[in-house]
Amino acid sequence: MTVTHLQRPSTVAGTPAKPTGRPRRTTGRHGGPMVYTLLTITVVLSLFPLYWIFVAASRTNAELNSTTPPLFPGARLFGNIQAATEQAAIGRALVISLVVSLAVALGAVVTSTLAGFALSHLHIRGQRLWMAGIVATMMVPLQLGVIPLFIVMARLDLVGNPIAVILPYLASAFCVFFMRQYLVTAMPGELLEAGRVDGASTRRIFWSIVFPIARPGMAVLAMLTFMTSWNEFFWPIVVLNGDNPTTQVAISQLGQGYVHDQSVILAGTLLCTVPVIVVFAALGRQIVGGILQGAVKS
Amino acid sequence: MFIRLRGTSYLWPFVLLFVIFGLFPLIYSGYVSLTSTNLYTPDQLTFVGGENYSKILQDDYFWNALRNTLTLGFLAIVPQLFIALGVANLLNYTLKLSTFWRVAIFLPYATSVAASTLIFAQLYSKQYGFVNNLLGHIGLPPVDWQAGHWSSQIAIASIVTWRWVGYNSLIYLASMQSISNDLYEAAEIDGASRWRQFLTITVPGIRPTILFTAVVSTIGAMQLFVEPLLYEGGNTGVQGGVSRQYQTLTLYLYQQGFSFSHLGYASAIAFSILALIVLALAIGFGLARASRTVRGAA
Repeated sequence: MTVTHLQRPSTVAGTPAKPTGRPRRTTGRHGGPMVYTLLTITVVLSLFPLYWIFVAASRTNAELNSTTPPLFPGARLFGNIQAATEQAAIGRALVISLVVSLAVALGAVVTSTLAGFALSHLHIRGQRLWMAGIVATMMVPLQLGVIPLFIVMARLDLVGNPIAVILPYLASAFCVFFMRQYLVTAMPGELLEAGRVDGASTRRIFWSIVFPIARPGMAVLAMLTFMTSWNEFFWPIVVLNGDNPTTQVAISQLGQGYVHDQSVILAGTLLCTVPVIVVFAALGRQIVGGILQGAVKS
Repeated sequence: MFIRLRGTSYLWPFVLLFVIFGLFPLIYSGYVSLTSTNLYTPDQLTFVGGENYSKILQDDYFWNALRNTLTLGFLAIVPQLFIALGVANLLNYTLKLSTFWRVAIFLPYATSVAASTLIFAQLYSKQYGFVNNLLGHIGLPPVDWQAGHWSSQIAIASIVTWRWVGYNSLIYLASMQSISNDLYEAAEIDGASRWRQFLTITVPGIRPTILFTAVVSTIGAMQLFVEPLLYEGGNTGVQGGVSRQYQTLTLYLYQQGFSFSHLGYASAIAFSILALIVLALAIGFGLARASRTVRGAA
């Protein structure tokens, strides 16, 4: 298997990521017209389905089902959105999703920063075993434990309660791995030693040395976790119901329900998708930078 | 360099939550799979031994789901990784607006699976769908993207591909950027074409990453669920098409557990999926070791 490690972050996420620190391709590696043409085709294919939600959500069902489908947005967007919110509790779903995703992002980042600090810089018995265990559990799909998890939630009387979709995501092996790699490269051991020599307690070292250094990594991880949590489907659909849906549950209700109006279904979908897309488009540079930094290296 | 600080306490929040909501359910589903348990009385487990597993062996729907999972996985993974490799190679050139290209290509990943499925379901719709309309323009007859065995699987695989190409491209790009520029300059001097450079420098240089993405995608494909569930929606969705032509293993797990209330049997299916994934991981590790040995000998 590949050995994975983070590259030392060359830029701090949050500041414009200039491609410094990387060898600039100087000879013959500039993209020619062919490269730009192919990239344009790829981008069109990537973005067209997203554009299409807009078109479909702003038309009437009849227009959508005409022999030549429309290519441009129409005037029915708000009417369709209104119809969609009457069919599924989308407004409520948006609030629930926001609260759930924020809680999950916050919780997972806190637990993984603590654990990542311990695994990167503290002395722990069985260090290697811990890391091996964490990498292994990243590979194993925990959603296969969905049935006992449902039984647990039923016993805790949490079926249908949004808390049930927060709890299982507060501890993520991926997040721990990410923060551990980040701290290994971003925080020199000497810094910790210096703090130690000065007589600082571990807690003090954590707050005044580790935390400031970890913050950019935590921010990227929080954004990624928020996005994943917002888009989570399998567990929410199992444990939640129509009274307390997340956005994904609401979308699936629209898709599976009695609504046969495609443009209304897609208007609801649009409403549930826009928040994440907006966040992503605004912070895309940082998120992509974070993925490039944290990506698996050979 | 580890300093002797007691670090275990920083691990506990993660470990505690992880054991309760991750590890325990997964292991406990092994026990549930040996019982007969009803969805509506989830705390009454009746031990039945290996009955669920012997039932699986004779269950045609299970084998159908296994076949579908494998073919769908193949249709989704192979084109996805090839396209991602090509796109990463394009992004690896020195480009104007490089952030724009990266973010635009990554945007589908930020779209939830549920939303993407509903969009594509509309694009593939039978009579007036955009795709069939496009086929009509180039003189081809419309395709039944729902009822056909292969056509429906191809349509669903295309949703997976659309969502994941950008993500994999970025992983490959990160890996490509660590290849030394000198290699390309030397090849340039030797008069090697860009295509030759791609084959002899780029691809070998990122081989471990390719293997990694292949393994991760395979694990993901074993759990395909949302796309087939929502592609046609309703009861047709839960059984994976009118003739179960795209019912996957995870979808069958869901149907057995939450439509038919057989939690014990569903857990047995979950454990079978787990076994498949462990098998895929073993093959991946084996290949990684083999490729290292070959390179070491060369």
